Amino acid sequence: MGCSTVGVVVLVTGVARHLGARFVAELRRRPGVDLVVGVDVQPPKRPAGEPAGPAGPLAPYRFHQLDLRRPAVARVIAEHRVDTVIHLSVSATGLGSTHRSAVKESNVIGTMQLLGACQKAPGVRRLVVKSTTGVYGSAPRDPAVFSERMQPKDQPGGGFAKDASEVEGYVRGFARRRPDVAVTVLRFANIVGPQADTPLSEYFALPVLPTVLGYDPRLQFVHEDDAVAVLCRAAAEPEPGTANTGTFNVAGEGVLLLSQCARRLGRPTLPLLLPAVSWIAGLARQTRLVDVSPEQLRLLTHGRVVDTTRLRETFGYRPAFSTPEAFADFAAAQGPGLLPPERLAAATDRLAGLLGPDRAAVTPAVTPAVPNRPRRPRS
Amino acid sequence: MSAAAENAPGEAKVIPIESAPSWNEPDGPTLPDRLAGAVGGALSGQLGPAATKLFGKGWEGRATERLAFLRRRLTGDYEVDEFGFDRELTEEVLLSLLRPLAEKYFRIDVQGVENIPAEGGALIVANHSGTLPLDALMTQVVIHDHHPHRRHLRMLAADLVFVLPGVNELARKAGHTLACNEDAQALLERGEIVGVWPEGFKGIGKPFAERYKLQRFGRGGFVSSALRAKVPIVPCSIVGAEETYPMIGNVKTLARLLGLPYVPITPTFPWLGPLGVLPLPTKWTIRFGEPIATDGYPAEAADDPMLVFDLADEVRETIQRTLYELLVQRRSVFF
Repeated sequence: MGCSTVGVVVLVTGVARHLGARFVAELRRRPGVDLVVGVDVQPPKRPAGEPAGPAGPLAPYRFHQLDLRRPAVARVIAEHRVDTVIHLSVSATGLGSTHRSAVKESNVIGTMQLLGACQKAPGVRRLVVKSTTGVYGSAPRDPAVFSERMQPKDQPGGGFAKDASEVEGYVRGFARRRPDVAVTVLRFANIVGPQADTPLSEYFALPVLPTVLGYDPRLQFVHEDDAVAVLCRAAAEPEPGTANTGTFNVAGEGVLLLSQCARRLGRPTLPLLLPAVSWIAGLARQTRLVDVSPEQLRLLTHGRVVDTTRLRETFGYRPAFSTPEAFADFAAAQGPGLLPPERLAAATDRLAGLLGPDRAAVTPAVTPAVPNRPRRPRS
Repeated sequence: MSAAAENAPGEAKVIPIESAPSWNEPDGPTLPDRLAGAVGGALSGQLGPAATKLFGKGWEGRATERLAFLRRRLTGDYEVDEFGFDRELTEEVLLSLLRPLAEKYFRIDVQGVENIPAEGGALIVANHSGTLPLDALMTQVVIHDHHPHRRHLRMLAADLVFVLPGVNELARKAGHTLACNEDAQALLERGEIVGVWPEGFKGIGKPFAERYKLQRFGRGGFVSSALRAKVPIVPCSIVGAEETYPMIGNVKTLARLLGLPYVPITPTFPWLGPLGVLPLPTKWTIRFGEPIATDGYPAEAADDPMLVFDLADEVRETIQRTLYELLVQRRSVFF
């Protein structure tokens, strides 16, 4: 199985979601991929794997609707002689049921079943698991920048982050039992993009963003294009001089503060005391208005930043979008906020124009003809 | 209709044309537009010369700069680094707020600033005193203001700083980070100047009777970080901070209740209420000593506890000796 171009059959879990669907589409276009098998509990909303891009030779695609919590996946792996498994269905929110215990079961039990099936399949050569930087938690007493080798002082107490760290634990166990399988764990920062459906985008869609008074967390984002590209790289044989097995943090370069995000989105913030925010988040969760989990609240209080040196130097991938660029792409797809940044900029520019060197020539009647006034991008 | 529009030029006509079509929000002149029109009208009329008289020549340029700053802040168009350091905010706002305290109030005499390298990493180790970490903030101000390259000091702060709401936000924006090996290492490797106060709460919260007696220097973790990053250690001695809040008592029960390391009693606090928070206007001296090189040691030196303790002791001795020297030279606490 030395060469990547011979007989590659890829199993992808979690294809009903946006990222999974995009990844399948991209994977089918790759040369050397013979068959892509997608599994999920639901059929994809839009026909998965129908790439919108330039037509070219596409690898065939099969979809199996099955629940990962049941051992049916073993049959699929055996039937198609899968050699590469991409496990994307470790997710913060459930597809069918949004009940926390069901989500946890699907994350943890689903992974255990999948790993069990992989262990019994001698043909499996490569396993890629999507995890989250949430495994580092968010706490004030932790180092400012997490590298892959660091352990958080406070282990995630519950929620998706705990699922992800349990999943990673099982994956490490699998890697010990099957040393012949190349195992890659990708810890993604918050994935954003024009269409990415991550839990944080629900928060940023609020007209007024409640924030925790006295905290301005540092956030990192990764663009969905980069997420797909990283997954593709992890699914293939490593390029010379790089290695794609092991654990890697995946995030765009740079950092945005929550206050910066709000200003760039044009959303006013409403700083509240931490207990009040917790109470509101609980209320919103119960009334199903917005799902802000306790761990997300911790992220929005203390923030989290990871070091991506290993991604760039060992894995050999430099994200095309930095954190601010990824966020800008996300913000452009959002509706206008109450305080559009262009308008604020125009107002200060107008004031500055009035104070400029040719102030004498500026009279109120010709105010609109203020020099150096940039065209507003939205017109 | 169009002729009427052409014949009647005036703000009432022109401003809505500017703002209405491109925005999908309420039509008509908005508050910023109206404000801009009003200010512009006033300035081109009577107020222009008056403003020049009031603010001095060139006020327009300065105002334009402030507006550009305001614009960047309002639209979020500024950068912070991975540790949350907001360079623009620190230079324009935070340091400007602290500068009068350093220059006018404590009249800090800065010596040996040339011992801080012009570029590359360095670890500044200083004595800690004065109940509130004013000494650390003042060190940040004087390094930025007196160093020819206007370098920023990245401080390693106690975890209490990052637990307190408000304080943690400002500390991160000012470039401070948690005092742990990982952060120190990362900053030093990026070529930053890192400041550490190894005495910690034992130093800053010591009673007035023990002033200028250095406490234990922790476990010497700062030495290991400097050895790993191969950066010089610059000892820094601060005189004057001890007397800003002379701590004559400590309400231990209350401190335990609040989860604080100490609750000080000073001659003015809490007796004078909020006025007691005002530091005494002592005269300060900050002296940066000769750098101690660490690049001559082998790579494994950072894990050699004997060497680490020896170096930590050397730094401590240097600071203690310099403190005594400066105290002998000092004419009075306040002048």
